[in-house]
Amino acid sequence: MGSNAAANHPISFKYVTEAMGRGAKLISVDPRFTQTSSKADIYTSLRSGSDIAFLGGMIKYILDNNLIQEKYVKHYTNAPFLVNPEFKLPGDNEGVFSGLVDAKYDKSSWSFQKDASGVIKKAKNLKDPNCVYQLLKKHYSRYNLDIVSRITGTPKEKLLEVYKEYTKTGKVGKAGTIMYAMGWTQHTVGVQNIRTMAIIQLLLGNMGMAGGGVNALRGESNVQGSTDHCLLFHILPGYLKTPKASQPTLAAYDTKYTPKTDEPKSLNWWKNYPKYSASLLRAHYGTGVSLEDAYSYLPKLDDGANYSWLSIFDAMYKGEFTGFFAWGQNPACSGASANKTRQAMTKLDWMVNVNIFDSETGSFWRGPDMDPKKIKTEVFMLPCSASLEKEGSITNSGRWMQWRYKAVDSPGVAMPDGEIITELYYRIKELYEEENGPLKEAITEMTWDYGPKGPNGKIRHLDAHYIAREINGYFLKDTTVKGKLFKKGTLVPSFAYLQDDGSTSSGNWLYCNSYTEKGNMAARRGGKDSSGIGLYSEWAWCWPVNRRIIYNGASVDPDTGKPWDERHPVIFWNGSKWVGDVPDGVAAPGSGRPPFIMRPDGVGGIFGPGRADGPFPEHYEPLECPIEKNIMSPQLINPTIKRWDKEGTGTDVDARATCDPRFPIICSTYRVSEHWQTGLMTRWCPWLAEMQPSMFVEIGVELAKNKEIKNGEIVTVKSIRGQVDAVAIVTNRWKPFNIDGNTVHEVGIPWHYGWVTTKMREYVHGDKKPEVFTFGDSANIITPFIGDPNTMIPESKAFMVNVERKEV
Amino acid sequence: MSEKIKLCDLSKCTGCRACQLACKQWNQLPAKQTFNTGTYQNPPDLQPNTWNIIRFQEISDGNGGVAWLFRHDACMHCTDAACVKVCPSGALYYTKYGTVALDSGKCIGCKECIFACPFEVPKYDPETDKILKCDMCYSRIDNDMEPACVKACPTGALQFGDKDKMLKAAYKRAGELGGDTSVYGDKFVDGTHMVYVLPEKAGIYDKLPEKPRVPLSVIAWKDWLKPLSLLAAGGVIAGSFLHYITHGPKDTSGDGDQVSKGGGE
Repeated sequence: MGSNAAANHPISFKYVTEAMGRGAKLISVDPRFTQTSSKADIYTSLRSGSDIAFLGGMIKYILDNNLIQEKYVKHYTNAPFLVNPEFKLPGDNEGVFSGLVDAKYDKSSWSFQKDASGVIKKAKNLKDPNCVYQLLKKHYSRYNLDIVSRITGTPKEKLLEVYKEYTKTGKVGKAGTIMYAMGWTQHTVGVQNIRTMAIIQLLLGNMGMAGGGVNALRGESNVQGSTDHCLLFHILPGYLKTPKASQPTLAAYDTKYTPKTDEPKSLNWWKNYPKYSASLLRAHYGTGVSLEDAYSYLPKLDDGANYSWLSIFDAMYKGEFTGFFAWGQNPACSGASANKTRQAMTKLDWMVNVNIFDSETGSFWRGPDMDPKKIKTEVFMLPCSASLEKEGSITNSGRWMQWRYKAVDSPGVAMPDGEIITELYYRIKELYEEENGPLKEAITEMTWDYGPKGPNGKIRHLDAHYIAREINGYFLKDTTVKGKLFKKGTLVPSFAYLQDDGSTSSGNWLYCNSYTEKGNMAARRGGKDSSGIGLYSEWAWCWPVNRRIIYNGASVDPDTGKPWDERHPVIFWNGSKWVGDVPDGVAAPGSGRPPFIMRPDGVGGIFGPGRADGPFPEHYEPLECPIEKNIMSPQLINPTIKRWDKEGTGTDVDARATCDPRFPIICSTYRVSEHWQTGLMTRWCPWLAEMQPSMFVEIGVELAKNKEIKNGEIVTVKSIRGQVDAVAIVTNRWKPFNIDGNTVHEVGIPWHYGWVTTKMREYVHGDKKPEVFTFGDSANIITPFIGDPNTMIPESKAFMVNVERKEV
Repeated sequence: MSEKIKLCDLSKCTGCRACQLACKQWNQLPAKQTFNTGTYQNPPDLQPNTWNIIRFQEISDGNGGVAWLFRHDACMHCTDAACVKVCPSGALYYTKYGTVALDSGKCIGCKECIFACPFEVPKYDPETDKILKCDMCYSRIDNDMEPACVKACPTGALQFGDKDKMLKAAYKRAGELGGDTSVYGDKFVDGTHMVYVLPEKAGIYDKLPEKPRVPLSVIAWKDWLKPLSLLAAGGVIAGSFLHYITHGPKDTSGDGDQVSKGGGE
């Protein structure tokens, strides 16, 4: 659900196939019958944007039929916690939780009741009406089969079939997992989609178990690596927080982000936060400056400001940017509402496009509807190396850091990104040293130990091993930890040895243990699996500390320490210690330490007050939807999303059309095996373009008949923001939905295409022509400029369109 | 024994096209311009530059739902291969693995194999005047490697190994799946070296002949007429030789005339 692994994560599907060969059942829930569905034991459809209704119904089914893993729920989740009696559920509060002020929640009523010593009050028998469990039950009592079926369009018997099959995994000895991807994240309720499944997995006792977990199939081979190392604005490496303007000192920053708890047995691992922030500062600035000074050099976010993708391009459209580095990306095709993005780029003075090939971004100024004479932007193209042309690592969906080697030299003047950045760094540093500038020390005091140094102090060339070692971290002076002496300059064995006093460095505490005195752990290729459950712990290295299944402390009985599933144990107690996978913070059997050690109170969060839009997931319609009223409540859409389509916020191009007779068809976007993201890399590969040459739209047989659209003919898909031409694939794999008695159609388009590789564009001297031309432009031309309130990921999976035959 | 089979278990195929691309890469086949005609299938058929394709086919599953079939289509490598039979130059030949390989240097572009093949596999390239087809990666299997398509397949739908082992696995799998599942290939044309596990009845699959056989005309020509004609040709030569031995060369001295001219004495 929320993914199509057979098509888009084919290697993961290898293991699904193997599991099915051993009797595992595959359930596919997807608006469209996909390649994954074709292999599933059970398939059913649901309308895009109704996943919370579908899964909420499953929660109700679990609770009504007593299918929870009871001991697990009582000991390992916050189900017993008593909630503030002021807290209101949407069912009693016009469809929203208590505390909504404009578009933000005052969360004071979302708190837990505590006793005099600050310990959270708990209802061990789960019966108190204010306990999380009873609130959960009350909240999802509204998600009965009738309502769920009316919202999702899924027939009731199919809902039951899925619920019945999946909830079998609540039994001790059974486990189930979810593989999800953009189908869940790219919604204005994206995070809550995933929360609903996390709750289900906690209720069924599937977290920390072999074959369990909530598994995000990352959308790019190294996006896990990129988020781990903080490519996003709101985090520093290792998921530390980016400091804010209201945190002027390191102490203030550490205090704000180091969680405290009064739960007596909770390990609260994030209490070590100051060790990781101090070590990071040492990695960036070395020992030549104090920790305080180093902290002062870090850029600070304005409090309350959002610097995510949507905000950046909105600001760019409004002319607030002078320059832009489009580094290894193609926003002209990947950005929501691509016309807005393309127009935004015309406001820049300069752009640096670092990429392997020319793209719709680098060439935005000569795209369709562009007049180069009217555009002032100067574009610099810096060709960079492809992944096979450089050494380094990537981190996959399983958190495995796998080392990769250089296979060939780069063509022409192309250089690895790291070398481009290095050159930029030295030049900028020189400029600051000559000309001064505000906060110049942020650049001039940085260490740059990413390769062997020459006599002038600069590195002679970039060496990925140096970077990897800095990421792991060093002892900066002779240090004794846990009775052992570590000499200055030795690699830190793991983050358990990092210090908060500046005596250690680590470029990313999560990766501390990846490159040690024992060597480059990520380069290991041990093929043995001693676990019996497919951990392959000697193949490469995963964080944290090579623990393959996180929260495996939840895989054993809290009193006896015996694995819940004795046939597939993740860890077990051999009398004196835990063996199997690297144990996750679990103390000796019967010690009572709650296993979710990264959460301050140590238990899995069924009630999740940290989210912007509610502690429990609630069904809201997508920003653009086919119905006037939300069947579940009076609140139509997520009340906390940032609305650019509203007067005064966005721009003239941020239009929204909901329940609009001009755009009566739901549209979703997705991928194919043969292309990659915006197609920037794959459209230039003739073998791939040959297999999937055209932008297409998959349309159901009934809808095609209504519109007189024949298979293979060219049609136009339009939203209020724009239109794209596509080849119609008329198929029975899309069937119309019955939404509350009304027939609603849905269609789908891939987002891999762009005008740069088409036949009809202008090619001038120096332009390479593709061997195989593609047809069509980007799906994002029609997608809405709106995102999830927690992550700002755009809602590419559900919006409204119309489809017409192309006028001949 | 060295006879090998490439086993194609369609129940595991997800239509990801790794096989289609791996073949192009190993054999360095060029891509040609294509257009989407309303399907994921592209190129639309096997071509001189495309030696295996995935055929995409949607059918009704009988319960109001849909099934989506994916079939890896490539040379079947028949034991009794019509193409080898008809090839006048010996460009098409059997290898010790039982596969049918192709020596392009010998191909004269006569196209007889195209008409002969019951699976419509060989394709003609007018630019080089040659036919081209899958050779089951002869250069790889002759070096202890599996064919490129097999190596690339992520789900194990494609397997490669000794004939007995692969057939055993095929029947085991068909037994596990039950229903309409069948093993396809071992009973035709004296057994093919690409064998399928078909979850649906053979007749359902696009372009998959239900009972493939060497065309009667080819059998008639190559198995009967040609030997017969060779026999006849041989007979003529043998007969002439025999006649020469028994009757000697033709006497052109005149006796014969007298015998026919004169009366008796």
